[in-house]
Amino acid sequence: MLDDFFVRALVAGIGLAIVTGPVGCFIVWRRLAYFGETIAHSSLLGVAVAILSDVNLALGIFFTATVVVFIVFLLERREGLPTDTILGLLAHGGLALGLVLLSFFPGVRIDLHALLFGDILAVSRQDLLVIWLGGATVLGLLCWLWTPLLLTTISNDLSTVESRKPLMSKLLFGILVAAVIAVAVKIVGVLLIVALLIIPAATARRFASIPESMAIGAALVGVASVAGGLFASLQFDTPSGPSIVVAALVCFVLTRIPIGFLKRAKQNTLN
Amino acid sequence: MPIVVALFMESNILIDAQNIGVKLSNRWIFRHVNLTVERGQVVCIIGGNGAGKTTCVRTLLGLLSHTEGTVKRANSLKVGFVPQKLEITPILPLTIRRLVALAGKFENQEIDNALSAVGLDELGNPSVSTLSGGEFQRLMLARAILRKPDLLVLDEPAQGVDVSGIDVLNRLILHTRDKTRCGVLMISHDIEMVFDMFDDILVMIPHEFDQLRYSNVA
Repeated sequence: MLDDFFVRALVAGIGLAIVTGPVGCFIVWRRLAYFGETIAHSSLLGVAVAILSDVNLALGIFFTATVVVFIVFLLERREGLPTDTILGLLAHGGLALGLVLLSFFPGVRIDLHALLFGDILAVSRQDLLVIWLGGATVLGLLCWLWTPLLLTTISNDLSTVESRKPLMSKLLFGILVAAVIAVAVKIVGVLLIVALLIIPAATARRFASIPESMAIGAALVGVASVAGGLFASLQFDTPSGPSIVVAALVCFVLTRIPIGFLKRAKQNTLN
Repeated sequence: MPIVVALFMESNILIDAQNIGVKLSNRWIFRHVNLTVERGQVVCIIGGNGAGKTTCVRTLLGLLSHTEGTVKRANSLKVGFVPQKLEITPILPLTIRRLVALAGKFENQEIDNALSAVGLDELGNPSVSTLSGGEFQRLMLARAILRKPDLLVLDEPAQGVDVSGIDVLNRLILHTRDKTRCGVLMISHDIEMVFDMFDDILVMIPHEFDQLRYSNVA
């Protein structure tokens, strides 16, 4: 079954969506969208590091993204700069540095389009293993971190007073985001990964009353978006990564239509 | 160099600060504060805006480092904290029971008891975003009580609460102290109520680093 490239793409996308849903919830709760962008942009530097040191692409991206997470934490604590300035500095600095580094090696050829927008249809069996095992590890760690991270999201002071070690939770969460992005770059690309983190979470909010139900809802919306996007891509011959994001966007828009308005419109049609 | 020392549990003293001060960006926020909270005692800090009340409480809790002086805390001091303001982002879905349950691992019955103690048991389990200011402060108090704290710390709990709500809140705080014999450290603006209700009062004056102390205990 996994011999079919479309099935592999579907299995990979579903595996990723199950993880990006809950992780994305914390991204929106903690207002970390720009942090996600920074990690994603810096992954181009990770690509350069991976190529230059001849290691696996995802490993190079994860290593670089983790270093960026540590730098963000250090600068936030030591410098008087606002967080968004620090993130902007690292996001664009990392992106530029990655491209400059690669230019020193003219023999190296990279598919920039695939890096920016992903190539889910090129997912191999080995990639599937990395996505599902890595995803299970990330979800396991997120479950372990769930309560302290949730309390830190509500109030850093409360979390500290109640000995929940907020700094450690935040740092570990940053590393989890780095891991998710390292794996996801191949699927939806550097420019679209944050969409897969944010849109399903924002969509699920409407139907959730507690954080846990929102996380499960976000994972389900992500899975539906992956399936919808891939089938649409097959049907209309559109690029798969952007099609997944458009499908997620359609889900979001559909959930924003007021149900009362729809009922009234139906009633008017019947009359 | 600030010194933080853990006290022995045998002592009734929960927090003891001697001559502490905090300097941020080359400016002294407060100086020369001496304050002790014992088990069963209710201590209140009052003072005008900019006197450094919240900074002082955050320093006593270890949320901020002090620039001078010493702070001693009881070993394994368990604190129930009600912060001044808690702005929960609307995108985070949170019911009152879920927020209270984040205080630790508790049985449903214990959560029911805490909510009942603050008079929120009949609300059901609505979203925290639907609560009024007074209800939210009572919810945070329930959460703090549930932890069975040695020390209850409240940073202006009456902010945004109407007059009848303030009275209910104050009675709840004293009731909690009487029932659990915890120490209470509180910031307030209500001078009349403070001098009526509390054992020990620290008055902090903005931009002047002298504190006045009043004791209601003979």
